Amino acid sequence: MSVLAVVERTADGVDELSLQALALARGLAGDEPVEALAVGRDGGELAAVLGEHGVSTLHVAEHEAFDAYAPVAVARAAVELVGRLGSRAVVAAGSERGNEVLAHVAAMLDQPLAANCVEASAGEPLRVTRVRWGGSLLEEAELNGAPALLTVAPHAVSAEPTGAAAAAVEAFAPELSEADLLVRVVEQQQTAAGGVSLADAKVVVSGGRGAGSAEGFTAIEELAALLGGAVGCSRAVTMAGWRPHTDQVGQTGTKISPDVYIPCGISGATQHMAGCRGAKAILAINEDPEAPILASADYAVIGDLHAIVPAIVAELRKARGS
Amino acid sequence: MRTLVCVKRVPMTGGRMVVTDDGQALETRHLGFTISPHEECGVEEAVRLAEAHGGETVALTLGPPEAEEQLRDALALGLDRAVHLVTDGEEWDSQATAAAIVDAIRADEAEAGPFDLVVFGNESADSGGYQVGIRVAHALGRPCVTGLKGIAVEEGSARCEQEVPGGRDVYRVPLPAVVTVKEGLNLPRYPSVPGRMRAKQKPVAASSPTRPQPRLAKVRLVVPEGQAKQAELLGHGPEAAPRVVEVLERLGVA
Ligand SMILES: Cc1cc2nc3c(=O)[nH]c(=O)nc-3n(C[C@H](O)[C@H](O)[C@H](O)COP(=O)(O)OP(=O)(O)OC[C@H]3O[C@@H](n4cnc5c(N)ncnc54)[C@H](O)[C@@H]3O)c2cc1C
Ligand SMILES: Nc1ncnc2c1ncn2[C@@H]1O[C@H](COP(=O)(O)O)[C@@H](O)[C@H]1O
Repeated sequence: MSVLAVVERTADGVDELSLQALALARGLAGDEPVEALAVGRDGGELAAVLGEHGVSTLHVAEHEAFDAYAPVAVARAAVELVGRLGSRAVVAAGSERGNEVLAHVAAMLDQPLAANCVEASAGEPLRVTRVRWGGSLLEEAELNGAPALLTVAPHAVSAEPTGAAAAAVEAFAPELSEADLLVRVVEQQQTAAGGVSLADAKVVVSGGRGAGSAEGFTAIEELAALLGGAVGCSRAVTMAGWRPHTDQVGQTGTKISPDVYIPCGISGATQHMAGCRGAKAILAINEDPEAPILASADYAVIGDLHAIVPAIVAELRKARGS
Repeated sequence: MRTLVCVKRVPMTGGRMVVTDDGQALETRHLGFTISPHEECGVEEAVRLAEAHGGETVALTLGPPEAEEQLRDALALGLDRAVHLVTDGEEWDSQATAAAIVDAIRADEAEAGPFDLVVFGNESADSGGYQVGIRVAHALGRPCVTGLKGIAVEEGSARCEQEVPGGRDVYRVPLPAVVTVKEGLNLPRYPSVPGRMRAKQKPVAASSPTRPQPRLAKVRLVVPEGQAKQAELLGHGPEAAPRVVEVLERLGVA
């Protein structure tokens, strides 16, 4: 089936999650073409990388509205293009913006949308597997839409270059109404970059209810600093006001993918684990040998974190001779 | 200022997801229920807006009879009244949910006047459709800003802040508008005992819409496999520290 992929741009190319979405789009398309939509100017610089990822034609919607992010306008351009190309499916990344734009497309066309799919197979109806509960549960479903609208869960499918030639590039000026431009970014605030960001940290040391208080995080902070990592926490902690929500790991917090994750005094609720499935190794510290977190951990230390974490800090300092 | 908040009853699943034998639902027999943290922040924001600007606040849910519990929780935090679209417990897909909410909003607005703000979670906890708020906004012809971590209402418009890598994106939209919010927008208060008492007396208007055929039709739910591990025990108490450091060195982070 012919597929249109709505791709997101970065400063110098195409976002990785959009390339992953293209891999799923190619599978759906079979022998038919995958075309892409990007908004902004100068789409030419994307032709090579999109071609390599299986796009036959890149359509660039050019409009001054796209100088700032304007989700409804992007969706309107996609709807116009779907009408012109007769696309049977529209695919985007399951990113914040990908999900947002496709929901607008779904509302405009009054079609169902399957968000965050990990698999899709063509057919009547289309069959998808999508993630629920932030990844803790999968749903197999039939998507009865024309066109079929879906987004691709981040890191569920790997981006595979095909080695194909550059995509053809066609620019067009979408017809946008004033209402389409009502929602757009009017200001961007930079926050002072302080320390290692939780989402990108190579090591994350988190505390949960077991930390007992805001002060209970002192040793956790020391350990994170010694390892060049970031401090995280569970929702029990943010709800108690011990740490800001920006530190929260989980389904409704930050998703992390460090080399090592060290949860201390965290039970391992599915909603917490939804945020740290990307961790390469988990070393859990918990006083309860039956805590669910141990079933997801690679290493475990059983006992009181208030004794164990300072001992690790001391041992690390000793090893480094400081 | 009139504000509506839409909330969904979901199970507190704890450490493990268990699917019923027919694959159609989670096994919830021994579980408590709640609403998404995003939606809790939506409720809190509505209460704060009413405290600052005055006006009525309403909670709405589409769910089984038991979902009245979640409406009463929202009323205990300070919302004025609630609308309950009662289902037989079968799940509605996001598209059908949005359509039922639109009908309910139109009916309510015909009686009581327009809502300046309709508040949703950015995504529901259980289904994660990322779409109900946006669909409702289109049907009502109102702007929708999503994933908000900051809302300020001023003179007929709303200044909306979204967290993005490196900072915040700011939007400004005229009211009436639809917003979807995320946890971190505020720190929700705990219900007080008098709040809980008052909530019992507040009005909940119930009606039973008919469920259309889902167009995103669930076939079955599956717990992803391959998660269970046998953790290597490094020891008990502080005596384990040297082995922990060894492991951290082996993993290349110490
Ligand atoms: C829709 C939804 C979304 C959610 N999103 C998130 C989310 O994004 N992130 C999140 O974290 N949670 C989230 N939650 C909440 C989640 O379900 C749990 O309630 C929460 O993660 C529990 O936090 P905790 O593990 O710190 O506390 P608890 O579950 O109370 O666990 C505390 C643990 O600490 C151990 N402990 C206690 N004292 C010590 C000590 N001295 N030394 C060592 N160990 C000790 C105990 O054995 C226990 O295992 C969400 C819930 C819902 C319903
Ligand atoms: N059954 C429901 N009743 C009331 N509100 C709902 C319901 N389902 C979804 N919503 C609202 O729509 C938001 C997004 O849901 P979804 O599109 O399913 O991710 C949720 O956070 C709720 O605010």
